[in-house]
Amino acid sequence: MTAVIEVSGLTKRYAGHAVVDGISFGVEHGEIFGILGPNGAGKTTAVECLEGLRQRDHGKVQVLGLDPRTARHQLHQRIGVQLQDTQLPDKLRVGEALDMYASFYPHPADWREVLDRWGLTSKVKAPFAKLSGGQKQRLFIALALVGNPEVVFLDELTAGLDPGARRATWDLIKQVRSSGVTVVLVSHFMDEVEELCDRVAILEQGRIVALNTPAGLVDQAGGKYRMRFRPTAPLDELSLLLLPGVTDVARSGTQVTVTGSGDFASAVTAELARRQVIVADLRIEGRSLDNAYVTLTGRGMEI
Amino acid sequence: MNGFGKLTLVETRLFLREKIALLGVFALPVGLVVGFGQIPDFAHAQKSLNGQSGTEYIAALGIAVVLISIGLQGIPMVIAQYRERGILRRLGVTPVRPLTVLIAKLAVWAGAAVVSAAFVVAVTRLAFGVPTPVDVGWFLVSFVLGMAALFSLGMLVSAVAPTSRSAMAIAMGLFFPNMFLAGIYFPTDGMSPSLQRIGQFSPLGAAFHAIRDSWRGVDPRLEWLGIMAAWAALATMLAVRYFRWEKA
Repeated sequence: MTAVIEVSGLTKRYAGHAVVDGISFGVEHGEIFGILGPNGAGKTTAVECLEGLRQRDHGKVQVLGLDPRTARHQLHQRIGVQLQDTQLPDKLRVGEALDMYASFYPHPADWREVLDRWGLTSKVKAPFAKLSGGQKQRLFIALALVGNPEVVFLDELTAGLDPGARRATWDLIKQVRSSGVTVVLVSHFMDEVEELCDRVAILEQGRIVALNTPAGLVDQAGGKYRMRFRPTAPLDELSLLLLPGVTDVARSGTQVTVTGSGDFASAVTAELARRQVIVADLRIEGRSLDNAYVTLTGRGMEI
Repeated sequence: MNGFGKLTLVETRLFLREKIALLGVFALPVGLVVGFGQIPDFAHAQKSLNGQSGTEYIAALGIAVVLISIGLQGIPMVIAQYRERGILRRLGVTPVRPLTVLIAKLAVWAGAAVVSAAFVVAVTRLAFGVPTPVDVGWFLVSFVLGMAALFSLGMLVSAVAPTSRSAMAIAMGLFFPNMFLAGIYFPTDGMSPSLQRIGQFSPLGAAFHAIRDSWRGVDPRLEWLGIMAAWAALATMLAVRYFRWEKA
């Protein structure tokens, strides 16, 4: 594995305030690297410093061995970028946009193939203004890939996509990775990061508060499992609380929620069987990246 | 085709898709010539126009209108929109510099102005028998300098205006005084000497006078050419200084 992106001590200030405050990380070849965090955490600014769109104030950045500050032009021939909040001219047609962007790069992909892969072939003559939100989003991803980049930066990949289109997009991004392209993904969706990313950096107030695999983050946060059920016979809740691993028992209406760690669920089910209490609607909820995120950042996600 | 060629081709198509802008750039100037050309006496030298025939005067005016409608309507609006919608920003992360798209756009507008002016000259000659510009060299110099002055003024407006709305407002604030002072609404020949003098310092005024005179074979006054060159240089310098690639 070779590092495709190396960042150390990256700092970007606006009016004296550090929006990105000394972050360091590396991205390996062929990995999908996620940058997760609430709005205003500095995710986009950090990535824009890597893309050469913004000038960093301090720190070292190398993307494909190039410094985005001094080798901007060479870098742009080898990366693809999807930005937030950009549009195209209203009357520019889908095919024209891809054909034009392909012409900017030294070794572009066949734009018709890219169009087809992203399900836009039927829209080849459609003007930009007539596309749906999802179609626009797919066009932007296609534009990021049409230059055959070695690294692609995707900022809020699935913004504006419906659930079906999100799944389809994820599958396509996995294909992009398997063709050897390194992907940097900026997101505020847990499910997306969990599904796609090999490693994730969680950014908060311009600093990295955690950097690990999604599973590693969950372990690191030490999240707990929750078990919910409805007992069909009266149940002594205190007896459950005394079981090993159980940390909390709560009742809400007819539903009982038991929280714990380790192998507490087996202990609970054994206890219920011993007391001959039959339960309905039994569910065990695993630890999620959602919960890990809240634990690691000390707050919920603002959406 | 390379990036610049493709961009210019695409920008040309986009320009041709704006039907209302096309009316302003191609139909209005010729329409003026055709409309005023119906006035019976217009084929002859007019005393009120310092001895120029009415049709020739209107043809020169049509060309001045082409320059200002592109310079102070098309350019500020479209460039400010390109910034507002992040189109320039997106191009900033491709191997093509965003400056390239500005150059491509200006090339398309310049091409449109040349085609429209040629159309005016041709119609004036073929339909009304007005001779083509007598002093071709000075006519071309006047046209090119006028274009440089008004286009760079448009670029300056797009540079300083934070939004496309404000770009439009500022541009209109320059458009009407320019039109008035240049004598587009009524001939400067009938204006007070001091107003005439002021008008000659306006970019459109200088352009119109120079185009008008070179058409009938009078060398344009060097001061008009100088005024246009000065506007072009000043506006370009300030536009370069203040231009922003992304919205604030």
